[in-house]
Amino acid sequence: MGPVIELDGLEVRFGDRVILKKLKAGLTGRSVGLLGPNGAGKSTLINTLLGFHQPSAGTARILGRDIRTHAREVRSLIGYMPENDAFIANMSGVHFVRLMAELAGLPREHALERAHEAFFYVGLGEVRYRALGTYSLGMKQAAKLAQAIAHGPKLLFLDEPTNGLDPPARLRMIQLIQEIRDRGDLHLLLSSHLLRDVEECCDEVLILKDGNIAAFCNLEEERRSNRRFLEIETRGSINGCFLEAVEKLGCETAPGAQGRVKLVLPDGLEVRRLYEIAAEQNVQIRRLNHKRDSLEDIFLKAMEAADGRL
Amino acid sequence: MAVYKKTYRPYEGELTPSWSRFLVIPRYAFEELHRSRFLSVFFISSFAYPLVCALIIYVQHNASVLGLLGVQGANRLISINITFFMSLLGWQSMMALFLAAFIGPRQVSPDLANNALSLYLARPFSRVEYVLGKMSILVILMSLMTWVPGLLCFLLEGYLEGWSWMRDNAHLASGFFFGAWVWILILALLALALSAWVKWRPAAGGLMFGVFFVAGAFGATINGVQRTKWGHLLNISHLIGSVWVQLFGDTDGTTNGALFFRVPRGEELPLWCCWASLAVLCLVCLYMLARKIRGAEVVR
Repeated sequence: MGPVIELDGLEVRFGDRVILKKLKAGLTGRSVGLLGPNGAGKSTLINTLLGFHQPSAGTARILGRDIRTHAREVRSLIGYMPENDAFIANMSGVHFVRLMAELAGLPREHALERAHEAFFYVGLGEVRYRALGTYSLGMKQAAKLAQAIAHGPKLLFLDEPTNGLDPPARLRMIQLIQEIRDRGDLHLLLSSHLLRDVEECCDEVLILKDGNIAAFCNLEEERRSNRRFLEIETRGSINGCFLEAVEKLGCETAPGAQGRVKLVLPDGLEVRRLYEIAAEQNVQIRRLNHKRDSLEDIFLKAMEAADGRL
Repeated sequence: MAVYKKTYRPYEGELTPSWSRFLVIPRYAFEELHRSRFLSVFFISSFAYPLVCALIIYVQHNASVLGLLGVQGANRLISINITFFMSLLGWQSMMALFLAAFIGPRQVSPDLANNALSLYLARPFSRVEYVLGKMSILVILMSLMTWVPGLLCFLLEGYLEGWSWMRDNAHLASGFFFGAWVWILILALLALALSAWVKWRPAAGGLMFGVFFVAGAFGATINGVQRTKWGHLLNISHLIGSVWVQLFGDTDGTTNGALFFRVPRGEELPLWCCWASLAVLCLVCLYMLARKIRGAEVVR
């Protein structure tokens, strides 16, 4: 299967400022997280994919359709949940979602039925006839999700979906997103500042910094590769001989303070060998933990890169 | 009561043709406008004058009615001519201005104030379609107020007078039709542009009147102080009045039937200046709309 979103040298300028710098990547995951500090270009990337900004160079393809030449077709495949409040205050929730579904091309009877379904699905069934202006922040977020899914898109853009939500509402929103993802009917692009949200919902992550791709990884693969990552705490004469001996086995080592050592084991090496070497070198292994890089580690590493370029 | 499944399912059904989607906007807008009692009453009352005109036309051709009223020969006092139709157009155009000032700002301001534009434009729906959809609300309502009753009156007169009258006075129908359309387009564009720019409904409505009356007064002040006539370039009603006179095939703009749209004698502007000023006004409105109707605002 081809990439869901393919960035092909995508560059966006606002006046003299280059916001996105020739981005090149193929996002294939069912659920892709978009991370980056403020001003990294996350929202600009989403807005460009939606056709709100014209690329100054390069292009992008969504499910094989070029955003420059097939903008309308591309938008018919997308559901968009924006970051900020976006609604018509004096309209009832279900009326609003129905309007949005009709604009997406659904006949009015289907749009009405889908609007009701979407409202029940996001848990707002009981308040669907209330004016949107009277909704709480959490309800407005859920209503935005309802309008994004009502027309049955193939790709869902979620821009900070848990923004301003209290913990139970956040949990409910994350569960909804996971449920949508796990049904397998559509792809997700989730932009968030919250690493935990991305970690819980996404299988691929694209990290932007200063308009460049700072990191792009498959979280599942990262998790798998990190199974060989150990942190040990040692006592005794750790004078370098132990580390040398371990490195000879093919391990990557990173000594830390107070006898702590991080090790990446090569394939096929048993942990038992470490104990044997430690015994030979008169070193005690007091603690041994299987560790894995969290998304936070990946993010921080990406942020350390000088200009954000990989 | 309908029972809805609490699950997400993709949509596989049919889709409406993309050319027709901009019509969704006026349908929803009319539903909302229908709920406003004031607007409904105003809209219905705007047909009073055309109704009176139709009655005048009927009575003028009906000797028995005049006899009943005891005013035999009164039909010679009433003449259905350019002045008659221009006064109908002038009155109805004023009503259209009020209507545009009331409902124009309701169309775009709430969408911009609540960031709803990003939701409209994230769909297979363009900015042009959005503006067309919003404009069509005003165009439909103002058409019903202006050229539709005007042409019905013309047809009634033609029916009662005969085919030769219709043929000889076809310029009245075309003048009414095209004159009303110029006015409708200007009002619709101005109402949408101002409400997109101001975003606050009451202010946009007030600004609409300001553009017509305050700018007109300002133009008159310039004329008085500078002893010139070019201040009328700021007076949209004078500009459109001059254009109507041309479209109706009249010769004197200072005595035309459209009372609020007359130009004072000796202060007539060249006709091309009037057309050019109205065109510039439309271009400015389009520019304002192009700047404001965007899915995402760019901060440079």
